[in-house]
Amino acid sequence: MSIRKSRDLFSPDYMDQKPAKGAAYGKHPLDGYLRKDRIPHIWCPGCGLGVILNSYLRALKDTDIAPEDTAVISGIGCSGRAAGYVDVDSFHVTHGRAIPFATGLKVGNRDLVTTVFSGDGDLFAIGGNHFIHAARRNVDFNVICVNNFNYGMTGGQAGPTTPSEAETSTTPWGGFEQPFNLPAVAAGAGAVYVARWTTFHVEQLINSLEKALKKKGFCFIEVLSPCPTGYGRKVGLKTGVKTMNHFKENSEIDHDADLADVALDPDDPNSKIIVGDFIDREAPTYQDVRGKVFEEARKKLGVE
Amino acid sequence: MMKAGTHFLDGNTASAEGAIAAGCTFFAGYPITPASEILERIANRFPELHGSYLQMEDELASITAILGASWAGRKAMTATSGPGFSLMMESYGLGLMTETPCVIVNVMRGGPSTGLPTKVAQGDVNQTRWGTHGDVGVVVYVPSSPQEMFDMTIQAFNTAEKYRLPVVVLSDEMVAHMTEKVEIPEKDEIEIVDRKKPRDPPEEFLPFCPDEDLVPPMANAGEGYSVHVTGLTHDEEGHPSVDEETQNMLVTRLIDKIRKNADDILEYDEYKTEDAKKVIVAYGSVYRAAIEAVDMAREKGYKVGLLRPKTIWPFPEERIYDLAREGVDSFLVAEINFGQIVFEVERCTAGAAQTYLAPKMGGSIHTPEDILERIEAIEEGEIPQFKE
Repeated sequence: MSIRKSRDLFSPDYMDQKPAKGAAYGKHPLDGYLRKDRIPHIWCPGCGLGVILNSYLRALKDTDIAPEDTAVISGIGCSGRAAGYVDVDSFHVTHGRAIPFATGLKVGNRDLVTTVFSGDGDLFAIGGNHFIHAARRNVDFNVICVNNFNYGMTGGQAGPTTPSEAETSTTPWGGFEQPFNLPAVAAGAGAVYVARWTTFHVEQLINSLEKALKKKGFCFIEVLSPCPTGYGRKVGLKTGVKTMNHFKENSEIDHDADLADVALDPDDPNSKIIVGDFIDREAPTYQDVRGKVFEEARKKLGVE
Repeated sequence: MMKAGTHFLDGNTASAEGAIAAGCTFFAGYPITPASEILERIANRFPELHGSYLQMEDELASITAILGASWAGRKAMTATSGPGFSLMMESYGLGLMTETPCVIVNVMRGGPSTGLPTKVAQGDVNQTRWGTHGDVGVVVYVPSSPQEMFDMTIQAFNTAEKYRLPVVVLSDEMVAHMTEKVEIPEKDEIEIVDRKKPRDPPEEFLPFCPDEDLVPPMANAGEGYSVHVTGLTHDEEGHPSVDEETQNMLVTRLIDKIRKNADDILEYDEYKTEDAKKVIVAYGSVYRAAIEAVDMAREKGYKVGLLRPKTIWPFPEERIYDLAREGVDSFLVAEINFGQIVFEVERCTAGAAQTYLAPKMGGSIHTPEDILERIEAIEEGEIPQFKE
């Protein structure tokens, strides 16, 4: 994967700006992509959501897709609040239902570049059924799953991605369920693009997001993210920095990994985190296939 | 839409054709008895109409998908029965909170739980009003014939667009599966209402700032308004807020939007109520038996009339209050449940008349004789209120 060369974030255009009188901050490269009046956000110090939201918006900016042709849909939870900060048509819906809402929106208006931005609990516990079916249909939108290994908003309860033995507020004596291997679930259900990164892999994440935004079909990106408040404090990752170091030290990039082997080892917190651009394949989208079937139907019916 | 003229249609097919006539181009659903014929008709008809039929993985997805499609600017509908309707309750609330126009057809069957999938009941009446959590104002049409399945599905779309909310067509198995004459008007004779569009430019537009009719204009996704839509309590800009004042303003408006426009939305029929001492209240398929019960009672010399709500929410509150004061001494509510609308009638009489129930378990409708027996029993002073 190529390393990106320039970032306008570091250009003199932005570095030298001072806030106008009375303004909270000066010019920012993502002006026009964030709802300024909603900043500061509600996320905790050390949380990875800022990194991931920033990466998504930078990818969006780099693709030159106009914000008005874009929609973001979030479910419930910390990640669910992302929809409230992006300055595009954005929808913060019921818990677990971001994907069916996105399905309706995208099928309703196929010109909208649609992205679901939500958490692991929202997408894979309460919303798990919708995920596999949207992947199966190959509806043309992207799903960014912020995986922080727990239910952060509600106080750090165990969820479908919590490592097996981890102590959480609902597994006070240690956990005993197996977590999902999300890239394998996505690939098995039919996603045409599957990647996993951590908040440490910002460049790679932006590249993956750009690919997903441009690609037709159901694209899935899992991003492992620090949650020092909800999850980390009980498993020895008490700060965002500590979790970032954990990601840095334990990650291994392997784009060709067998997805059966990329499960995060539930019994060993120091096991390798395999990240990469795992799957990138072509398949006709839901709307392409349906369009053909309906076209044939109209021919048979003798109508335009 | 279907060719104008006289057709012979079952209620479910008539509802699907009503949706098409109303401009529905998006349908998401999950098969369920006794509503599946609506899905099948739509799936068959949509290719030629360039519509989108989506068969979803469950009813949670169906309702949420139509909310998404509505924000994409489409007229969208789903159809289901009790078990599916129960699953839809949460996102029905999302639709009410985010003021998203769409239509839900619920073909009622016997409950609770899986109940009697192939047989009629009216057990979901209060669920349409109180089923989702929190305080809401809702609009629910109750058809009594295939013709009304056609007409009321169109009306439901128009009301949904005009007042920006999910509107329910609360049908039942008998009406849905009955085949009858349905008159389909010429296309230009059908009134079609579309949602109000923003008049302000995007930088000045407040997506949840209402006009005088308490309904805000609606900017669809992709129109450049960068609208934020949330199920959280939100201000006129659409931004989430936790202050009580915002909650008070928003929820009050969502309820007043229906309450203060009730004169425009509310519909009911009356039959022989001019000199009635006793008034039967019946809706849906039971209305058909109740008409005959009135005539049978009249033949026996009882002064009986009939009030038939066409919209069950909003409810004809004032009319019942007035009838109770204008000489009606008792109301008899005939419904296929153990008493739901009867409490509404009792409330509206405010003690000025007696209220009785002719209950029925799901499975079949009352016969006219069942209702007549009740009338006679009331005349004889035999049945206590609300008791079998």
